[in-house]
Amino acid sequence: MSGKTSMGANTWTIAAARDALRKKEITAVDLTMACLTAMDAGDALNAYVHKTPEIALEQARAADARLAAARNSGGDAPSLCGIPLGIKDLFCTKGVPSQAASNILKGFKPEYESTVTTKLFGDGAVMLGKLNMDEFAMGSSNESSCYGNVVNPWKVDDRALTPGGSSGGSAAAVAADLCLGATGTDTGGSIRQPAAFTGITGIKPTYGRVSRWGVVAFASSLDQAGPMTKSVRDAAIFLQSMSGHDPKDSTSADLAVPDFEAALTGDIRGKKIGIPREYRMDGMPAEIDALWANGVAMMKDAGAEIVDISLPHTKYALPAYYVIAPAEASSNLARYDGVRYGHRAALAAGDGITEMYEKTRAEGFGPEVQRRIMVGTYVLSAGFYDAYYNRARKVRALIKRDFELAFDAGIDAILTPATPTSAFGLGEMANADPVEMYLNDVFTVTVNLAGLPGVAVPVALDKKGLPMGLQLIGRPWDEAGLLNHAYVLERAAGFVSKPDKWW
Amino acid sequence: MSIDIDTARKVAKLARIRVEEAHLPKLAEQLSGILGFMEQLNEVDVTGVEPMVSVTPMRLKRRADVVTDGNIQAQILKNAPDAREGFFAVPKVVE
Repeated sequence: MSGKTSMGANTWTIAAARDALRKKEITAVDLTMACLTAMDAGDALNAYVHKTPEIALEQARAADARLAAARNSGGDAPSLCGIPLGIKDLFCTKGVPSQAASNILKGFKPEYESTVTTKLFGDGAVMLGKLNMDEFAMGSSNESSCYGNVVNPWKVDDRALTPGGSSGGSAAAVAADLCLGATGTDTGGSIRQPAAFTGITGIKPTYGRVSRWGVVAFASSLDQAGPMTKSVRDAAIFLQSMSGHDPKDSTSADLAVPDFEAALTGDIRGKKIGIPREYRMDGMPAEIDALWANGVAMMKDAGAEIVDISLPHTKYALPAYYVIAPAEASSNLARYDGVRYGHRAALAAGDGITEMYEKTRAEGFGPEVQRRIMVGTYVLSAGFYDAYYNRARKVRALIKRDFELAFDAGIDAILTPATPTSAFGLGEMANADPVEMYLNDVFTVTVNLAGLPGVAVPVALDKKGLPMGLQLIGRPWDEAGLLNHAYVLERAAGFVSKPDKWW
Repeated sequence: MSIDIDTARKVAKLARIRVEEAHLPKLAEQLSGILGFMEQLNEVDVTGVEPMVSVTPMRLKRRADVVTDGNIQAQILKNAPDAREGFFAVPKVVE
């Protein structure tokens, strides 16, 4: 090691670490050690739930060898070679607990590796450990995890705040510099909402851009994995490695993946940015409104044309989502029956197989997961299928058409708030109606229903001192253009605040 | 549509989740609240709209109908709560 010291290397961006590794200013082992030290010092955040230091150091040593070999042959190792990452517990990682933060998968160690982690490791990335999340990715506050709550590194008073959810562990780990980047998944906003709550960047790609194989399924027509990072450039680098066609996921798109980092030109002159009037909600805090207006001004200053647009079916997105997602979840989660993997309840004398299923599922699933399975069971049951499920799928088609009409009219990207509020206190929603918690997803869920790419970018602190983000929504398969818009917003906003270290 | 206690019991049964009798009223209330929220969908005119079946209009890839894996019995049984003699073991099934 020369030049840079590894002290504080855990705070680096992926891009900075890549450059330092290639220039031999730091080794992957030293960079990994810096992150492992930060990880162990960050236990108060409860972000990591299964630490894998042995795997990390072995991967780091291999990365150093690969970086050296590339250097000697005059080439470059992949961008993620030697980069320490955290992996959401939803991704199956061979031989490492992968529980989806559920007691029903207690003790489950997959015999296979998800496509996403296979690709990341193929590019030389280092896994530090598995990250906390809401159980089966169902939640917006990371309070439904079998491992307990994740605490947001941002703190402004005595209260412990939520990092958002479901990718709350990923968001907290990235914001607190316990890794350089983390994988997340997003079914209704689970990358973008926690990214906004913790002042980091998170992108949900177009449905089909990233393989879902080996990612524990929640709602298969909505789930999509993506990166959570400290900058837009890092998101571009990270997403590049995750993306691409996978024969093992029939819905993964057989499309060429463009060079996302090369697309970050910072030039959006003449681009049309749509501002959807339906996203101006009643009772929206003035601060969110002002943040949005500032974002509009930033895009305008960068030479974009601002266009008022209408997405008339927006208000029906949440109710449609809360029919479709539980319906798909009730089918997907039928596999947890105590037979093939995970938890099986202790049985009483005379209990048959039905009692085994019922007791196992009652013990293994938490209350929110149970509720969603039952809602899904109800809306799919005979006599209600058309009234709820088919109607919701028709409304979904209309929501998608709203976006198609906007894009057909020449809109390049759509700018909206990312969340209706900044981070709230853990436990503050404990007595709320389940529906109140669902409102967290109001700005993000339309994007999943329409299958579009969406990115949350941190823009400012609110008057309490908590980060707030804006969301940009792109055309299908145009992550490259979307990331460039996000890059412009990031540079204009100049958000550099970090949480004060209290943990 | 409001969910009564009998319906909640039936849904729990269909979902194969044991719910204690004492918890059924609360469950019925919560399910009713969620379904009430969904009722908004009835405001939308969906006449002539086809239900969305895929996010992107693409034909799913077909693969050749051939065996591509197998002989991994030990791996498949590795995580089973109860595996015996190469099989998953379950309680007696008596109808």
